[in-house]
Amino acid sequence: MTESGATDSLQEKRKRGLHLSRQARENINGYLFVLPWILSLLIFTAYPMIASFFFAMTQYNILNPPKWVGLTNFVTMFTNDPLYWTSVSNTTYYVFLSVPLGLAFGLFLAMLLNQGLRGIGFYRTAFYLPGLVPAVAGTLLWMVLLDPKLGLVNEFLGLFGIERLGWLRSAIWSKPGLILMSLWGGTGGSMLIFLASLKEIPQSLIEAAMIDGANAWQRFWNVTIPMISTTIFFNLVMGLIGSFQVFASAYVASGSGNTAGPLNSMLMYMLHLYRNAFRYFNMGYASAMALVMFIVLVILTLVLIRSSRAWVFYEATTRQ
Amino acid sequence: MTTISKPQYTSVVRLHRRKVIRKTISLSISYLILTMMAAIFVIPFLWLVVTSLKPINQVFTDPPIWIPHPILWSNYKDALTTPAFPFLKLLRNTLFYVIMTTIGTVISSSIVAYGFSRLRFQGRDVLFAITLSTMMLPGIVTLIPTYVLFKVLGWVGTYAPLIVPTFFGAAFNIFLLRQFMITIPYDLTDAALVDGATHFDILWRIMLPLIKPALLVIGVMNIMYTWNDFFGPLIYLSSQEQYPLVMGLYAFQMRFSIQWNLMMAASLATCFPLIALFFVAQRYFIEGITLTGLKGV
Repeated sequence: MTESGATDSLQEKRKRGLHLSRQARENINGYLFVLPWILSLLIFTAYPMIASFFFAMTQYNILNPPKWVGLTNFVTMFTNDPLYWTSVSNTTYYVFLSVPLGLAFGLFLAMLLNQGLRGIGFYRTAFYLPGLVPAVAGTLLWMVLLDPKLGLVNEFLGLFGIERLGWLRSAIWSKPGLILMSLWGGTGGSMLIFLASLKEIPQSLIEAAMIDGANAWQRFWNVTIPMISTTIFFNLVMGLIGSFQVFASAYVASGSGNTAGPLNSMLMYMLHLYRNAFRYFNMGYASAMALVMFIVLVILTLVLIRSSRAWVFYEATTRQ
Repeated sequence: MTTISKPQYTSVVRLHRRKVIRKTISLSISYLILTMMAAIFVIPFLWLVVTSLKPINQVFTDPPIWIPHPILWSNYKDALTTPAFPFLKLLRNTLFYVIMTTIGTVISSSIVAYGFSRLRFQGRDVLFAITLSTMMLPGIVTLIPTYVLFKVLGWVGTYAPLIVPTFFGAAFNIFLLRQFMITIPYDLTDAALVDGATHFDILWRIMLPLIKPALLVIGVMNIMYTWNDFFGPLIYLSSQEQYPLVMGLYAFQMRFSIQWNLMMAASLATCFPLIALFFVAQRYFIEGITLTGLKGV
């Protein structure tokens, strides 16, 4: 009955000349369903990406129309803005310590938890809890913990005879302070990801290695690491992209002064960009900064993808 | 057992015993390390709680004071009722921001994911590949032109720039829901189509009920992200009246940067609702984090 109903309506449509092929109907329905996303891609991704090339070549303070200045912004950035290079070196320092440390630390905790121990739930929650604290609240808390005179961290280090460090009030120790914050907040997340990835490793592989006489280190290096290398790779790339854009902790910890921390030691790339865009309204210059960061990230990602062929093990491709 | 001669038997037992001992030692070491690590992660959080209950003169002391005397519960009353940190108003704004974006992203991402998973339109695979690649797009590159766009539209100073885009879908959510939808058997949806159901009926009546766990995952992840979002409100909101909690907390700190006990009380109050939600819906949080990190697999 329903069959005939469907054909009836089809015939009706045919009579009215509305007959469409199956593919045409799929096309219409399909594009209707994904229409919001196509609009989003055009308005919030494609347009801004193209426009950022234009803005980067202009002087623009929002109030007046953009003025074409060619490559001036880039020339200024590379030759005439010492703070730009400060922000580059601060960000590089931050990224190259916080990302590998976060991944290694997360993997270490995940391996400890992946031994079938009892009470995993408690530890998992303990490690992940800081990830729920918003960056602003977390930074305020660490400003208390890292107090140069009477902070808890210095008190703790004092137990080992380490003298009090200046942390966020010192040009040398402020970045390690920010890295400490990022490890506290971010390690739990990477631990959860690695834990899930470790659970996917077939037990038989590890047993086979054991029978072959592989010791714990060899099993880790030759079985575990290759089996989770896609996860490591993916989180490395996403971690780099994320922490190159670190902002909130540096913004809150450095306060509202003119320098971002002692000697601008917490002036991260994103913070310098933010100040140019929203404090001095140099939208053109900020756009140029964003573009350079984008290009650097694209190159870095491509290099990593290329290198991944050597060290990331794709199980599916070898199996075939 | 009788076939094993005595010396051999004892050596087997000894070997087994040695194995058990070794295993016990290694497990104890694991627990020891884990507990120390857990302490490192939990103590700062504990310090947040302890400091929030201290009189101001006990915040920085040598040696550190672990149990405040007296325990000042009134810090919470002081912090949450001061005009500098109007907690209820801030909470209302945060809830508005969180609820609107969650509705937006869940609805729009489901609709788009249905298109990608159930309709074979031409160009679908290319479009899907583009969608995947935008997940890696650093937000920095679209920031300025997007801001200018909203400025021109007159939306800066309102929640519109933070909420409206979520009604057009989000790459990761679309990807995740699509992955769940393609596991639903075609028989189920084809039967409904033959019965004359529209695709919208199928999405609403068949798909969404079946992928409820996935919807909860993206809902929870969005709540967490929006609750903690600082950058968006910082650049798009201009009046204190509109601030969500994290912005309110930041503004509070800018004005009263010495009253650390009250600041810690305000900080804890800011994260408390999210932590409560975490303990209720822990499963979805953990699944969400895990799925975000395993995309590459």
